[in-house]
Amino acid sequence: MKKILNVTINGTPYEIAIKPKTTLVEVLRNELNLTGTKRSCNAGGCSSCSVLVDGKVVNSCSVLALQVDGKEVTTIEGIADGAKLHPLQQAFLEHGAYQCGYCTPGMIIAGKALLDENPNPTKQEVKEAIAGNLCRCTGYVRIVDAILATAKKLQEEAK
Amino acid sequence: MSNYSVIGKPIQRIDGYEKVTGAAKFTTDIRLSGMLWGKMLRSPHPHAKILNIDTSKAKKLPGVKAVITSADTLHIKYSNWRRYPHLMDETPLAEDKVRYIGEPVAAVAAIDEDIAEEALGLIEVDYEVLPAVFDPLEAIKDGAPQIHEGPTVKNNISEARHFEFGDVDEAFKKCDRVREDTFYLHPVSHAFLEPTNSVASWDLNGRLTIWTSTQTPYFIQTLLAMVLGIKEGNIRVIKPHVGGGFGGKMELFSDQYCAARLSMLTGKPVKIELDREEVFIATRRRHPMYYTLKTGYMKDGTLVAKEAKVYTDGGAYNAMGPTSLYLSGFFQIFPYTIPNYRYDGFHIYTNKNPSSAMRGFGGPQAEFTCDSQIDMIADDLGMDPAEIRLKNGMKPGHVIPGLAKVGSCGFEECVKKAMESTKWKEKKGKLPMGRGIGMGCYGFMSGGVFNWIDSPYAYSAAYIRMNVDCTVDVYIGSAEIGQGSDTVAAQIAAEVLGVPMEDVKVIRGDTDSCPPDLGAWGSRQTLMTGNAVKMAAEEIKKQLIEVTASLMVPNVVYDFDIKDGRVFIKDRPERGIELAEVVKTAVRAREGQALFGRGIYTPHGKGMVSPAYSFGAQVAEVEVDLETGKVNMIQVTTAHDCGQVINKLGVEGQLEGAFVMGQGYALSENLITDEGKVLNPSLIDYKLMRAPDIPDNFTSLMVETHEPEGPFGAKEAGEGLTNPNAGCIANTIFDAVGVRIKDMPITPEKILKALDEKKKKEGK
Ligand code: FES
Ligand code: FES
Repeated sequence: MKKILNVTINGTPYEIAIKPKTTLVEVLRNELNLTGTKRSCNAGGCSSCSVLVDGKVVNSCSVLALQVDGKEVTTIEGIADGAKLHPLQQAFLEHGAYQCGYCTPGMIIAGKALLDENPNPTKQEVKEAIAGNLCRCTGYVRIVDAILATAKKLQEEAK
Repeated sequence: MSNYSVIGKPIQRIDGYEKVTGAAKFTTDIRLSGMLWGKMLRSPHPHAKILNIDTSKAKKLPGVKAVITSADTLHIKYSNWRRYPHLMDETPLAEDKVRYIGEPVAAVAAIDEDIAEEALGLIEVDYEVLPAVFDPLEAIKDGAPQIHEGPTVKNNISEARHFEFGDVDEAFKKCDRVREDTFYLHPVSHAFLEPTNSVASWDLNGRLTIWTSTQTPYFIQTLLAMVLGIKEGNIRVIKPHVGGGFGGKMELFSDQYCAARLSMLTGKPVKIELDREEVFIATRRRHPMYYTLKTGYMKDGTLVAKEAKVYTDGGAYNAMGPTSLYLSGFFQIFPYTIPNYRYDGFHIYTNKNPSSAMRGFGGPQAEFTCDSQIDMIADDLGMDPAEIRLKNGMKPGHVIPGLAKVGSCGFEECVKKAMESTKWKEKKGKLPMGRGIGMGCYGFMSGGVFNWIDSPYAYSAAYIRMNVDCTVDVYIGSAEIGQGSDTVAAQIAAEVLGVPMEDVKVIRGDTDSCPPDLGAWGSRQTLMTGNAVKMAAEEIKKQLIEVTASLMVPNVVYDFDIKDGRVFIKDRPERGIELAEVVKTAVRAREGQALFGRGIYTPHGKGMVSPAYSFGAQVAEVEVDLETGKVNMIQVTTAHDCGQVINKLGVEGQLEGAFVMGQGYALSENLITDEGKVLNPSLIDYKLMRAPDIPDNFTSLMVETHEPEGPFGAKEAGEGLTNPNAGCIANTIFDAVGVRIKDMPITPEKILKALDEKKKKEGK
């Protein structure tokens, strides 16, 4: 039997009928065609599928969609402000913090969650914040740099 | 220095916006209307005869649209080895026997994923389990189970590689000292983040379209044509963005075939996506190798003779193994000059998933053993290991008899730069117990000259169209898989035609519109595709200059050039015409035909391996925790000679990524099997490096040389960098705690055990 899920995704409310065992990543990718959220292991091991649920990072392969009923979900498609990139996205571009790009959505989501909570992180804190996010291409160096540079930029702008 | 407009600059990649916004489409993101889901049934046994397959129950399950076994195939053996048919040993689905756990036996297409999965459980396969063999040293013994039949395979050895030059035996006799060491290199997985997956769609005109995550669209096109029995021209391979490959996506795989065949049978699009466990157990891995290395040298550190013997665990099929084996022997003599060398390598079948190409292509194994031993030799002689490297390092123009001629070579400068930047002299051997510094070096091919697939086309090709608004469309068949090669192609076209980067569009990844190219492997694309793009752009440039000359009618014929949107006389740059004017005139002059350029590159007379070679040196500093054996990376510096840098941002990113991949190879990754069964097939249990593990500081130093064979003098910068890491780390650990680990990976347990033994030996 299908159940009704009510959820706000990237600011838009949705009402969707789904099988109860459907995971959040399946709803995003298969039902809503929000394919920016990636799936690499489907088992909580890589965080390619990270999204924000009420501002907290979640592996969307590891939660049932019904668990986010009534909540706000932000995916990579909801990070930019219309056509204007989020500063983290801009920094990823400038630092060359991606290669194949498969981990990139998850990395940007993890970076955003970190900076929202801790606007002035140390290098070590950045590394810890993305410790669950695997990247096979970049060696993480530029990803860490991009997140740190964004923090600095946002701090300066706030002054 | 050069005055290029875009070459050598830290240019932002052309695929950036789509990747940071989530808009980039990968094969995993493709869904077509009416699409069916395919699943593969895999062997649970490492070695068994297939007595019977009964698919009737599965076919009756509501929602199942087709089930296939080898009976539904043309029984054609295939692989990339079309030029050497005796090496083609795979079939799309197991014929009468399975040879590893995970080998595809049947496939199903159904209206949803769960039904497809359920149907797999309804397929009944009768097996007769056969004795299996897992270790290459066991597999070569008389009486071992024979994995493949046939006249070319004896004792499970599918291929032997031998090369030799100089007078090895005599040279050994003249050496002051000779040492022999044995090493073991373990299996690791490519662990690309985008799983192997495809969507195939057969249309009623008899044409097949397949979207697939591959490094080699042309190989897929040509091999699918062969195994499906249809024309190459009726197959369209589309390569969307690819989430990493590293050598693990450069062959035709069973799941690609099955998606295509199931689509042909059902008339519907079919998607097959491997789950992570399948990726670990049933795709490729890097070759495990038993390596014996004997080296003779003089008291002053001159290397005189070397003999290498390698037994490689090929797994159940050849895959790209014969080349990995060949190249491991070849890169064993890089980047140090060895006048007398003998190599014997054996590719041995075992009942495990096939080993194949993986970033470095035999090089990481070679360089780990070579560089570990160089340090042991330095230790024997009481020499600085950097000095011994400089003493024996390759120089420009070096010739390896019968195999290769090195063109540009910045090896010496790489070593010196890395030493200087890390204060090597002040630190080497002088750091406190637990802390160490060490070096690893490499040389690598810049474009493999191998045409296993037997393509009659050029190795790389490009078409370029220049439009009247001065925008440029570059059509290439090479494969961007994350390394940045599309951006490099755009830069080259922009530089030649004097237009800004944003006016260049790269059309790629579609065999219907792009010229054939051998794809992304062997560090080919900068040099080979780059040369093809340059040639195509220059053809257009020539047309433009002809038109300019006729418009300006200079008294004397001057040289013209194009830069920043103007065509001008080189010696009198103030005299010129707007590029847009020239383009329009050129098009009009040709009765409206668009400006078009074609370029190709095929190496001729460039030796057995590559037209050019990259070089580099790496220095690392570590701290080893004496209680736990854990290795902390503090600092890594790599100096890399990739000829003329095309994109600095790209090269640095490659250096960092390659190091961290090599760090995982050295310290933690291991595809562990027991009786042929992979014990850690998940991203949690297979230990990849994570952000907290990486070095605190990473320095990339560029050593620019000019490579006459490369476009603008450029060479590779993607793969060679993977080779020095493990040896460098092993040497660094030795410097830190005085133990030498020759059995990879270098885990904390092994370090502690060796420390224990060392203490006992020293009688403490
Ligand atoms: S796909 Fe969700 S954690 Fe890997
Ligand atoms: S950029 Fe490829 S996995 Fe991170």
